Amino acid sequence: MSTEATAISADVEPSPAVAAKPVIDLQGVSVRFGQRDILQNLTCTLSGKSIGLLGPNGAGKTTLINTLLGFYKPVSGTAQILGHDIHSDLKTIRSLVGYMPENDAFISKMSAVSFIRMLAELSGLPSEAALERAHEALFFVGLSEARYRKLGTYSLGMKQMAKLAQAIVHGPRLVILDEPTNGLDPVARQRMVRLIREIRSDPEMHVVVCSHLLRDVEDCCEEVLILKQGRIVHYSNLEAERRANRRFLELEIYGANGDFAEAVERLGCECAITANRLKMVLADGVEIRDIYGLAAERDVRIRRLNFRRDTLEDIFLRAMET
Amino acid sequence: MAVYKRTYRRYTGELTPVWSRFLIVYRYSRRALLRSRLLTGFYVLCFFYPLFCALEIYLLHNLDFVAKYGFDVGRFLSIDNKFFFYFIDVQGALAFILTAFTGPGLISPDLANGALPLYFCRPFSRAEYIGGKMSALALLLSQITWIPGLLLFAIQASVGPRHWLGENWWIAASIVLASWIWIAILCLLSMALSAWVKWRFVAGALLLGVFFFGAGFGHAINAVMRTDAGDLIDISSLIATVWTSLFRIPIELGSTSAAEAWTALLIVCGICLFLLMRKVRAYEVIK
Repeated sequence: MSTEATAISADVEPSPAVAAKPVIDLQGVSVRFGQRDILQNLTCTLSGKSIGLLGPNGAGKTTLINTLLGFYKPVSGTAQILGHDIHSDLKTIRSLVGYMPENDAFISKMSAVSFIRMLAELSGLPSEAALERAHEALFFVGLSEARYRKLGTYSLGMKQMAKLAQAIVHGPRLVILDEPTNGLDPVARQRMVRLIREIRSDPEMHVVVCSHLLRDVEDCCEEVLILKQGRIVHYSNLEAERRANRRFLELEIYGANGDFAEAVERLGCECAITANRLKMVLADGVEIRDIYGLAAERDVRIRRLNFRRDTLEDIFLRAMET
Repeated sequence: MAVYKRTYRRYTGELTPVWSRFLIVYRYSRRALLRSRLLTGFYVLCFFYPLFCALEIYLLHNLDFVAKYGFDVGRFLSIDNKFFFYFIDVQGALAFILTAFTGPGLISPDLANGALPLYFCRPFSRAEYIGGKMSALALLLSQITWIPGLLLFAIQASVGPRHWLGENWWIAASIVLASWIWIAILCLLSMALSAWVKWRFVAGALLLGVFFFGAGFGHAINAVMRTDAGDLIDISSLIATVWTSLFRIPIELGSTSAAEAWTALLIVCGICLFLLMRKVRAYEVIK
């Protein structure tokens, strides 16, 4: 399965800026705890600006992240992050990466600003710059009013935001977010997704979002790697799929639909009709305005038109069946 | 950029040298150590005995002045190896109390709230982390043990007779060595215990337990097994053996030789370091 992932990924055309150095390059990475294989021979190349790591609980997503950060040593294989090897160049990798862990990670008696300042200093920022960046990061994530409060008094959503702030405070090139929307209410989740998108919009930034929540990944990522039981079961470039699937249409129509379907087929489109729903694949050279033209000629009312494509849920469920 | 500008931007400024990063942990840890007013008060109290010793040295070298008031200080006071041994003994006891209250608080807050991954996902190693934390406590303890000890030694050397320094120079080395082995044991033991129990009050109690129950357990082993091997797990006895040998005090403390005591203490340090390195990591691997 891992070779398949590589093959698929090779078909994707990354932008010239990132083509030279993949964000994450896994070469047969295996991780074992005791007698248990957690990750098995992972091989793939990920070059997108925002990468989603998907999989059910226990699939190995967090273990993969921890291995990339050097917390766990792979028993075989190697990996590169932004062109740096995890065996020989770990310090450089850690200076380029910002990490937001899944679990609580803070010092409860420290104020948010001093905690984030300390972590910024550990990343190498001079003291004054670290203080300035800590304030900025907390403003950015919306914790400006609470930045002098002790972290132990924060709500779950505020702690998530504080974790995001510490991950970006030193201006990393790659931000790894492990379950960033865990425990967030819908409004806070929306804010988190917006922040991730904003971080991603920086031309030199890359984001890896690890989650079991499909919607989070769908909202934030353009590439998706699906893991199951420590193996890669699917790789998908969501952007490419979105572009390809713009030829699939689903129409809800009222009127003489049989005649209309025949007319559509005469244009060279594949067509399937059920009650008042019509699914079709547009032929080359046929545009949506042609479909509207045919409908107008036959007095057919189009009540709804969707670009029907596989959702991430469809992709994920198919991957889980393999 | 002003703080009210909320858009994300990367940091492109200069970075500090990698070797200096452990000083950041040292700085924040020291600030945390001295946050409690009670402990700060106790820390100040720790300087009273060195001041008293300095006064003793002053009086001894101003006998004419004291004799005016009818005191014969010189008869019962002399500045020699015993003077510095008792100085280290008293200050060592104060250092122990200070460590029992402050030492466990160094690492346990990081472990209790899972902050270690945030340290180690940065270009910052476990050795630097332990070094930074340990240096905060070690410097605090140094300020009440060997630094005032050496100051007293320097005062005595400057105001005492010329031959005193030539005859007693080794006392300075003894002050430093005796303090450092004690500081190393206290720092490593308190940090290792707090790393394993993660709760500072329990770790503080355990530190007391290691010394007091360790001594009792050692005596029990000696009595039951009819051996002297129990002395090797009594850290306070080992320290006393090392100190008496360093200061050349002719006291018979037991059958443990100075070399055996040194070896046992270094093994204790090694075990503490091993325990620390096992626990101080971003994520624990459960096999």
